[in-house]
Amino acid sequence: MLSPRALILRAPGTNCDHETAFAFERAGAIARRVHIQALAERPATLDEYQIFCIPGGFSYGDDIASGRILALQLRTFLSDALERFRDRGGLILGICNGFQVLLQTSLLLHDPQTGPQATLAANTSGRFVDRWVTLDVRPSRCVFLEGLGRLELPVAHAEGRFRTRSAETLAALEASGQLALRYGLNADGGPSNPNGSEANVAGVCDTTGRVLGLMPHPERFLDAIQHPALAGTTEARGRNGVGLALFTNAVRAVS
Amino acid sequence: MLWEVDVWFKDRGDDHGARSFSSAAAAIDPADWSAARTVRGWLIEGDLSHDDIVRLAEGVLIDPVSQTYAIRSMADAQDSPFVGLATAVHVLPKPGVTDPAAETARQAFRLLGLTPQAVRSLSTVWLPEVAGDRAERLAWRILASDAIHEVVVGRLMLDSIAGGRHWTFSQTSVSLEGLTDDGLAQLSRERCLALSPAELTAVRDHFRTLGRDPWEIELETIAQTWSEHCCHKTLTSGVDHVGPDGPAHFDNLLKETVFAATQTVRANLGAADWCVSVFRDNSGVVRFDGDHDICVKVETHNHPSAIEPYGGAATGLGGVIRDVLGTGKAAKPIANLDVFCVGPPDTPAADLPPGVIEPRRLLSGVVAGVRDYGNRMGIPTIAGAVAFEPGYLGNPLVFCGTVGIMPRNAAETSPQAGDLVVVAGGRTGRDGIHGATFSSIELSSDSESESGGSVQIGHAINEKTLTDFVLEAARQRLFTAITDCGAGGLSSAVGEMGATLGAEVDLDQVPLKYDGLSATEVWISEAQERMVLSVPPSCWEKLAAVAAEEQVEATAIGRFTGDGRLVLRWQGTTAGELDCHFLHEGRPRTTLIGRWQTPPAQPLVVHHTDDHSNPLAQPLVDLLALPDVASKEGIIRQYDHEVQGCSVVKPLTGRGDGPADGTVVRGVLGRDRGVVLGVGLRHRLGRVAPYQMAAGGILEAIANVVATGADPSQIALLDNFCWGDTRSEEGLGSLVEACRACQDVAVALSAPFVSGKDSLNNVFAWKDDAGQPQELSIPPTLLATALGQIDDVNQVLSPAFRAAGDRLYVVGLTRPDMVGSQAELLGLTTGGSVPQVDTKLAGKIFHAIHAAAKAGLIRACHDLSDGGLMTALAEMAIAGGLGCRFALEQVPAEIEASLGLTGFARDLVLATAESPVRFVCEVAEADAAAFEATMAGVPHAWCGETCDLDPRVGQASVTIIGVDGQQRAGVPLAAAAAAWRSLQCG
Repeated sequence: MLSPRALILRAPGTNCDHETAFAFERAGAIARRVHIQALAERPATLDEYQIFCIPGGFSYGDDIASGRILALQLRTFLSDALERFRDRGGLILGICNGFQVLLQTSLLLHDPQTGPQATLAANTSGRFVDRWVTLDVRPSRCVFLEGLGRLELPVAHAEGRFRTRSAETLAALEASGQLALRYGLNADGGPSNPNGSEANVAGVCDTTGRVLGLMPHPERFLDAIQHPALAGTTEARGRNGVGLALFTNAVRAVS
Repeated sequence: MLWEVDVWFKDRGDDHGARSFSSAAAAIDPADWSAARTVRGWLIEGDLSHDDIVRLAEGVLIDPVSQTYAIRSMADAQDSPFVGLATAVHVLPKPGVTDPAAETARQAFRLLGLTPQAVRSLSTVWLPEVAGDRAERLAWRILASDAIHEVVVGRLMLDSIAGGRHWTFSQTSVSLEGLTDDGLAQLSRERCLALSPAELTAVRDHFRTLGRDPWEIELETIAQTWSEHCCHKTLTSGVDHVGPDGPAHFDNLLKETVFAATQTVRANLGAADWCVSVFRDNSGVVRFDGDHDICVKVETHNHPSAIEPYGGAATGLGGVIRDVLGTGKAAKPIANLDVFCVGPPDTPAADLPPGVIEPRRLLSGVVAGVRDYGNRMGIPTIAGAVAFEPGYLGNPLVFCGTVGIMPRNAAETSPQAGDLVVVAGGRTGRDGIHGATFSSIELSSDSESESGGSVQIGHAINEKTLTDFVLEAARQRLFTAITDCGAGGLSSAVGEMGATLGAEVDLDQVPLKYDGLSATEVWISEAQERMVLSVPPSCWEKLAAVAAEEQVEATAIGRFTGDGRLVLRWQGTTAGELDCHFLHEGRPRTTLIGRWQTPPAQPLVVHHTDDHSNPLAQPLVDLLALPDVASKEGIIRQYDHEVQGCSVVKPLTGRGDGPADGTVVRGVLGRDRGVVLGVGLRHRLGRVAPYQMAAGGILEAIANVVATGADPSQIALLDNFCWGDTRSEEGLGSLVEACRACQDVAVALSAPFVSGKDSLNNVFAWKDDAGQPQELSIPPTLLATALGQIDDVNQVLSPAFRAAGDRLYVVGLTRPDMVGSQAELLGLTTGGSVPQVDTKLAGKIFHAIHAAAKAGLIRACHDLSDGGLMTALAEMAIAGGLGCRFALEQVPAEIEASLGLTGFARDLVLATAESPVRFVCEVAEADAAAFEATMAGVPHAWCGETCDLDPRVGQASVTIIGVDGQQRAGVPLAAAAAAWRSLQCG
């Protein structure tokens, strides 16, 4: 059978595109990095792909707000094409900056009347933070997270505090099983929530389970030795990191 | 029409800016500022209606979930959006200062089909009604920097932000005729040329042969090219030196020490030479794997960072990234490092010289600069250090380094006559004029006001797109040479690339940020994020297409000619014409005098006593909390050290986030060969023993990478000399001693220097209250950087203890080396010996450690540096979450009997001395015999074991047993970790 194809979107300031493409390739996909300008000129390019991924970075510098301009471009040039892509069974993944972008489009937690239902605000610390966190996967329809329980991944962001419009919005998302990925407890029992997110939300999916946005970086944990406690240990040598599972899940789902 | 859009958070809880402002304000001006609120403002000028502005605000400027906004035209009153807050303080970038947010906003507006004439961002703080001067003072202390900002209290009233004026070409000549040496010196000062009377005399004589005076643009070109920053004139001078080993003469100090060492190493390696391009290009290049070379460069950006820490550090990093990008036919940046030397964090305000930024604020500014630039570039900032010493109060040191990777056979450049001169990246503005010459001049308490023009603000995304463009163009082989526009701007970049070919440049073709720059300003501007490429005319069309795809501006501004002349034109008129040979070889050479005498040794006295139980416990806790030793987690966490997905050993390692010695990244995704980075700094020896300072720093850098798994037979070194006054004989003498140390260590360890940089005259001058002139000099400081390699990143070493019941070995020799130690800083000792390097032994130890690591015999390994043995054990315990029990009696040591060091005094020296090249290794019981066999021939001893619970304290602990068998320290792991994490930094 032909390998599924993953489109890795890039824009000025995208900086996790190479390793994200690498992760999809390792999971068995053919991955191509495509510039937003080229895709905006030819949205039909999406027809050649089964997976669409917006990787991490600082698109357009995030100088106004994270993901703002890339989201504006997606809304302006690719809204219909991406909705069709999702509706015909395509998978959409937004990692870190990609999550920030997705929340400002119609693809994830969007109400046709009131617009985005949630945002990713500045971390409570007011600062960028790079650290490893423990995550719990909640029961959901999300195809990327299938079969995963507790896992550890690195986060690296300044704006990752998940914040909904209202307590009612949060409750509704909880009830529909969309708050699929949560910051859990560290090995020492302390909370690993690095940014003050409501309900410890680290990642959310849409109602179909085919669109996922998450702050942690699964593409940075493809090998066990990348974990700070495992580098240099014999038990980690040659073993996969847990992050790879998200990509293999996606590839399997569209194969 | 000029509009203002104000954006703020609906919920005060989301307003982090207000929170940090309130707490900072309360520290400066005690009052309740907790009601303060912040607003992000946008000034938008153009032919736009109110409805247009609403579209811009709602489409681009606000987050509909958390923010709201207001619009006013400049003519309207400025109403407070907040009840009870009546005083507004606005902070705006000065006209002409890079404003990345405004540039991005303009780009976004275009997507909505609206094209304002000008956009500027601002930030506003609303306060309860207060006097304007109070509000303004707070703004200057907390939010604004005089070099780049304007502060307005109350209603913001501006007619226009578009600005710009036209410049009409005019030719200014500068006569050097009839001036005495004093007159020439004055002219140099007034024009910020940093040229000596002898150099200006050579310029005058050269132009006499042409029968005319130099034009301003020519004089400026010569000043940039001959600056200390660009040609290292002190280090490449002739020197007559008298040192502890007698007199010595150098025709060219650097060439005959550091360069010579590299030549010797390469000659000794013969066919196995793994250097590719050294001391020639923008960075040093060495072999990596079968199809890649790697390159490395470390730069300083001290003077700009002293004045504007955020912008200075950001552009320092931006500059060194471009050095790597501009090496050979371009390299891809894969790792960054940063090292800061600053004043002690708690220096009382009264001890600060006037005009100096307090160390904590300075450090947090430089960290933020590196963070915001490095993270946006998507390059992991993975290695570094911070050192604290009062000598750095006036002249903090900011080192930024980058490692790059390139395909084999891409290190050579080949610009051809006829190639186009192409400038790509950001536009040119009036920023950074005179950076190269300013960095060669001493700072003073007035520097901030005098040299604001030399401070630049970075725009990282411009550099990211420029990098994407350059790497794609390199892949398609569309250029023959590339270099970055750094200090000296186009004058240096084009001048260097065309040093033998010659070039003609149409300065009016250079794209400008705004009108009004003179030809000279265009030529020497140090505006950031620009590269110069030499492009064969046949490749130009393809190159322009790649630029368009990557949304980068690339412009042909001239061509390389082959006639050896540098010709500058403005709209067809010759604006300047220089002979390249004179420009690059015409600088008069000088011979300087150096002198160094080793200060007499002071007898070792141990002040701490054992009059209570556990007498080493408090010293251990105190050592761990010293700023040089303590965890820099507050800084490290702000850097993305995992982007690109290649990081393996990160700066915080083990379950307990202990300190890594070196850090490791894969060279290529999916491949197992790794790059190992380490730094060494023994600045505390700089004033007493510059030779040992330099040698010790180099060995520390090497020890750091070897302790992480690097192969000691393939380590490349970088030197960064930062000195005080080198115009005095003693100052220069200390520099000569350090150069000799570099030569000796590099040759002995077969570790070649591949690149380097210097920053001299780091002396801060001011007048005290009594009007007396005062000076503060940095200690002579050599930062050594080691670039190591490891075959397989699965075999890295980490300092984290792995398992209880393993043996702990000390490898290396301990001497009573207390001078410059952290224990001395704590007041535990005075006097003693200066740590002396033994390069022969060091080489044997490095190779033995590596052999044991390759054989899989080492479970954890840590280099002993600041704080000595006891500190290293605690760090390994913190990293691994396990304790240890350790007997000092066994530690291999050489302590003369005549010192009478017995009992507790001996324990303290063994536990805290800072003798170079020592390691602690954790070895499984089953591997002990093999490990010992590998260590045969180097001093080593089994001194203790790792352990889980210490039953006496109910948790893991670091237990130290003295030479007489008594327990000297039993520090619970949690207490050690708390002390180590106590430093508030970043």
